[in-house]
Amino acid sequence: MSNAAMKPLHFKPLNGVRIVVWSAFAVILLLLPVLARSNFAVTLLCLTGIAAIACMSYNMLLGQAGMLSFGHAVYTGLGAFVAIHAMNKIGGGWPIPMWMIPLVAGFAGLGFGALLGFVTTRKAGTPFSMITLGVGELVFAAALMFPEFFGGEAGINSNRTAGSGWMHGLGLNFGGQIQVYYLIAIYLFLCTAAMYAFTQTPLGRIANAVRDNAERAEFVGYDTRWVRYLIVMASSFFAGIAGGLTAINFEAATADLVHGTRSGGYLLFTFLGGVGFFFGPIIGAVLLIFSLVVLSELTKAWQLYVGIVFLIMVVFAPGGISSLLMLNLRRIKYGEWRKMRWPYAGMVFFGLIALWGFAAIVEMAYQAQVAAGSGSVVTVARIPMDASVLASWLIAAAVLLFGGICFEIWRRKFNKVWGEGEERIAEAIKKAEAAIV
Amino acid sequence: MSTYALELSNVTKSFGKTAIIRGVNLAVNKGERVAVIGPNGAGKSTLFNLISGRFEPTSGSIKLHGNEIIGQRPYEISRRGLARSFQITNIFSRLSVFENLRCAALFSSGQKYSFWKPLSKLTELNDRTEALMASLELKRRRDVPASLLTYSEQRALEVGLTIAGGGDVILLDEPTAGMSHSETDRFVHLIRKVTVGKTLLTVEHDMGVVFGLADRIAVLVYGEVIAFDTPDKVRADAKVKEAYLGAVLDAEGAHA
Amino acid sequence: MEFFTISLLNGVSYGLLLFMLSAGLTLIFSMMGVLNFAHASFYMLGAYFAYQVSEWTNFWVAFVIAPVLVALLGGAFERTVLRKTHKFGHVAELLVTFGLSFVILELVQLVWGRTPVEYKVPAALDGSLFKLFNSTFPTYRAFMMVVAIGMLASLFLVLKKTRIGLVIQAALTHPDTTEALGHNVPRVFAFVFAGGCGLAALAGVIGGNAFITEPGMAQAVGAIIFVVVVVGGMGSLGGALIASLLIGVMQTFAVGLDWSFIGGLQSLGVDVTPETFGYPVWKLKLSQVAPILPYLLLVVMLVVRPKGIMGTRDE
Ligand SMILES: Nc1ncnc2c1ncn2[C@@H]1O[C@H](COP(=O)(O)OP(=O)(O)O)[C@@H](O)[C@H]1O
Ligand SMILES: [Mg+2]
Repeated sequence: MSNAAMKPLHFKPLNGVRIVVWSAFAVILLLLPVLARSNFAVTLLCLTGIAAIACMSYNMLLGQAGMLSFGHAVYTGLGAFVAIHAMNKIGGGWPIPMWMIPLVAGFAGLGFGALLGFVTTRKAGTPFSMITLGVGELVFAAALMFPEFFGGEAGINSNRTAGSGWMHGLGLNFGGQIQVYYLIAIYLFLCTAAMYAFTQTPLGRIANAVRDNAERAEFVGYDTRWVRYLIVMASSFFAGIAGGLTAINFEAATADLVHGTRSGGYLLFTFLGGVGFFFGPIIGAVLLIFSLVVLSELTKAWQLYVGIVFLIMVVFAPGGISSLLMLNLRRIKYGEWRKMRWPYAGMVFFGLIALWGFAAIVEMAYQAQVAAGSGSVVTVARIPMDASVLASWLIAAAVLLFGGICFEIWRRKFNKVWGEGEERIAEAIKKAEAAIV
Repeated sequence: MSTYALELSNVTKSFGKTAIIRGVNLAVNKGERVAVIGPNGAGKSTLFNLISGRFEPTSGSIKLHGNEIIGQRPYEISRRGLARSFQITNIFSRLSVFENLRCAALFSSGQKYSFWKPLSKLTELNDRTEALMASLELKRRRDVPASLLTYSEQRALEVGLTIAGGGDVILLDEPTAGMSHSETDRFVHLIRKVTVGKTLLTVEHDMGVVFGLADRIAVLVYGEVIAFDTPDKVRADAKVKEAYLGAVLDAEGAHA
Repeated sequence: MEFFTISLLNGVSYGLLLFMLSAGLTLIFSMMGVLNFAHASFYMLGAYFAYQVSEWTNFWVAFVIAPVLVALLGGAFERTVLRKTHKFGHVAELLVTFGLSFVILELVQLVWGRTPVEYKVPAALDGSLFKLFNSTFPTYRAFMMVVAIGMLASLFLVLKKTRIGLVIQAALTHPDTTEALGHNVPRVFAFVFAGGCGLAALAGVIGGNAFITEPGMAQAVGAIIFVVVVVGGMGSLGGALIASLLIGVMQTFAVGLDWSFIGGLQSLGVDVTPETFGYPVWKLKLSQVAPILPYLLLVVMLVVRPKGIMGTRDE
C-alpha cells in the first residue's frame, strides 16, 4: 500500500469540471459561517482559512519544488509584524484601507523572501533544510533583541477598525468577527486560485522538474538555484498574506509568530494533508486548527498523538491524507471499492480498540506525571481509569495488545485484497493504453 | 574563417591523482556525425561530462562554436546550444512523459522562468512536444510518470530530453545500450532523423551502428584519442586494431 | 588575561561538546545521506537516562550505561523505522527523524515532567580545579574536555585501525563497491547510526549536568549543531571540529563582553544618541548578541564560501 501511495495519480478535470469545482469552493466559503452559527465556530473558520493559505504557500516549497523548510514561520510572522505596524499607521492617518493590509504583508513577505532566500537557497536538499532552521533561529532571537519593532514579550497591539473611507460608511469596519471571516475567505479564494494557476505555468512546472532531478534541469538550461530562489520568493509572498490576515484577526503580533515551533507545525500538517496534491494542504490546515484548538482541549498529550500519527504516515503513507483519498477514489472509479469494505471495517474497529488501550496508557501516565495535583483518575473515552491502580495499567496494556494483534491480522487481509485490486486496475489500464494508436 | 562546432585542445582530467583524460584533441566540424568508441573505462563518459560542464577539466580548452566554455555551468553551456544524454538514465521521475519532454524544451522555447502564462496556452510548444513524443513512439504512454516506463522507453525518453531543446551540438552517451536488435535499428533510424543538420557525437558499442551512422570515428583508449578519421581509415588503422578494434571485430565476426 | 584564559578554556570545553554531537551527525550524514534531525534528542535522552541511572546507582554507572542504552535505541530505530523510509528518499528520511524528535520530546515530558530535573555533577568532580587571580576553572569542565578528547582519540582509532572502521571509510566513499566486496552495508549503517546516537548521548551525559537537563535542551543545541555541520562543510569531520571550537570559543567570549557599536563609535569620536538612525542596532551589547552569533556566522559563511570551511560540495 505504501508503494502505491507514492505513485502520482492523475486528476485532470475537464474545463467544465473545473468551473464546477471552483464555484463549489466559492459557495462553500460563502455559506460556511451560516452553517457554523456559533461565534466560536466562526473563529475556528477564520483560523483555518489563514492556516490554509500558509500551508498551501508552504507546499509551494515542499510539494512543488521538493524544498523542505524548517523556517516558514519567518515569512508568515514577519508579514504579521509588518502588517501590525501598517495597521497602526492607518490608525495614525495613512490613507490606505484596512483590507489592503494583507497585500502589504504579502509584499513584505516577498521582500524578506528575497533577502533571506538569497542565503537559504545557496544550497539545495538537506543543507537547505538545515540552513532554514538556522535562519529561523536567527530571526526569532533577533525578534527578542529588537523590542522596538517586535514589542518584546508582550508583542504589539493594533486596532483593525481604524481608518475611514466609504467602506466604513457602509459599516464594513471589521468590527465583528464575521466581517473578518469574509475578508479571509476572499483572500483564501484568490490566493488558492493564484497558487493553483502558478502550478500550471512554466516556472511552476520547472519547480517540479528541479524537485525530481535538479541535475538534469541544469542540462536543459535551468539555473536551479535561481529556480529555488524564485520559488522561495513566491511562497513567501503568500506566506506574508497569511501573516497579514493573522494580524488583522488577532489585532496583535507576538514574537512566537516567528518561532520554530510554528514552522514545524506548518511542515507537519502540510505533510499530513499531503504534499502530492494541490488541495492536500487545505486538509492539513483543517487538521492543524483542529489539533491546536480542539484536540489540545481534549488531552494534554495531543502533541504526542500528532507526532506518532505523523511518524506512521511518513512510513506507511508518505502521500498524506490527500493521496489516501485519491487512491480510494481511483478504486471507486474502477469499481474496486466494494471489496474493500469489510477489510476497512475490521481495521477501523480493531484500530480503535488498540487506540483506546494506547490512549489509556498515555493519559494515565500524564495524569500521574503532569497533572498529579488533580487526582489519579482520568476518563478515556468515557471510561474512568485510575492511574494509581496497577490493574488499570494491565487492562490498558491488554486491550492495546489485543487490538494491535487483531489489527495486524486485518491489515494483512487488507493488503492482500488491495494488491489483487491493484493488479486488476493495472490490467485495465494496459488495455486502455493498447487502444490508443 | 570557419570555426569548428566543437574543438577540444589538450584537455586533461584527473580525479585525485589518477589521470583519466590525458590530453585529448578533437575538432568536430559543423553537421558532422562522430562516433566515439573505446573500451570500457577509457573515459568516454568523462569526456562528455567535461564538454557539457558536469565536471571542470584539470587543464586544456574546450570551444563551442569558437567560444571557450570551460568554467561555465551546465545550464550556460546548454543555452549555447549543446545538449547531452546520459549513460545512466537521468529523467524527471515523477513527471509524465509529456511533461518531461515539455520541460526539456521550455527554456529554449523562450519561456525561461515565466509565471504569467499558463502552459496550456503555449500551443506551439505543446504541438512540438506532441510531435516529438510521437516520433519517440511514446504517445500511448503520454501521461505515465517516467519512473513507471520500461527500460527501453526510458532510454527513448532520455534521448528525447536531449533533443527536445533544439540544441545544435548533441552528445549521446550509449543511447542504444541494453536495447534489442530491432529496438536499436528503430532507434538509430530515429536518431538519424532528428539530428539532420546537427552536429552529433555518440558513444556506441555496436559496431554495426558505428559504421552505419558515423562520418568520422574517434577512438578513445586510456584517456587519449588514438585515431580520429573516416570509418574505412579507422578500420584499417593498425594502432586501433591492436588497441581495441581487432578484438571487437573478431568478436562480432564470431557472432555472425 | 585571566578573563582570556578562563574564557578560552570554557569555550574549548563547550566547543568539544559541540563536536561530540556534530561528529555523530556528520558520520551518519556522510555515510547514509540522512540528516538525523533527532540527533539532539538523543543528546537529551542521554542526559535524562544518566540522571535516572545516577539516581538509582551513581554517576559512573550512568556514564557507561546511558550512552549504551541510547545507542541501542538508535540502532533499533534505524532497523525498524528509518530503513523503511529509505526507498522514499532523503526528504522522507529527514521527515521521519523530525517526527521522532517530536515524539521523544513528548515522551521525555511524559516521563520526567516539563520542568528541569536535578541532574548534578558528582561530588568527586565538583569544585574548582585551579584558580587564576580571581577566576576559577571548574574541575568538571576539565573532565568534560578529557572525555571529549578521549572520545575523539577512540573515534580516530576505530576509524583508522579497526576492520569496521576501514569498512566505514570505504562505505563513505564507495557504498556500492563495499557491498560488492561482501560487506553487509545495511548492518554497517545500523552500526554507524547507533554509534552516532551513542556519541550524542555521551555528550548529553556530561553536558546535562554541566548545563541544565530540561525538555528544551534538545532544541537549544539542535540548531547550533546544524550550523556547525554546514559551516564546517557537509560531511567533513575536520571541518566540524574547527567549526565547533570556533563557535564554542566565540560564544563564550561574547557572553562575557559588553562591547557595543556605540562604545566603538564613541571612541572614534562619533556621537550616537537614541535619535541616531539604527540606534537599536548600535546599542546592542556583544553579550546580548551572543545567542545569534552562530547563525550570523552561518549566513556569512554561506555568502562568502557556500561549501563551508573544509567542504568539497558546492550545492
Ligand atoms: N567522478 C569520478 N571520480 C573518480 N573516478 C571517476 C569518476 N568518474 C569516472 N571515473 C573513472 O574514470 C574512468 C573512466 O570512466 P568513464 O568515463 O565512465 O569510462 P567509459 O565511459 O569510457 O566507460 C573509470 O576508471 C572511472 O572509474
Ligand atoms: Mg561510459
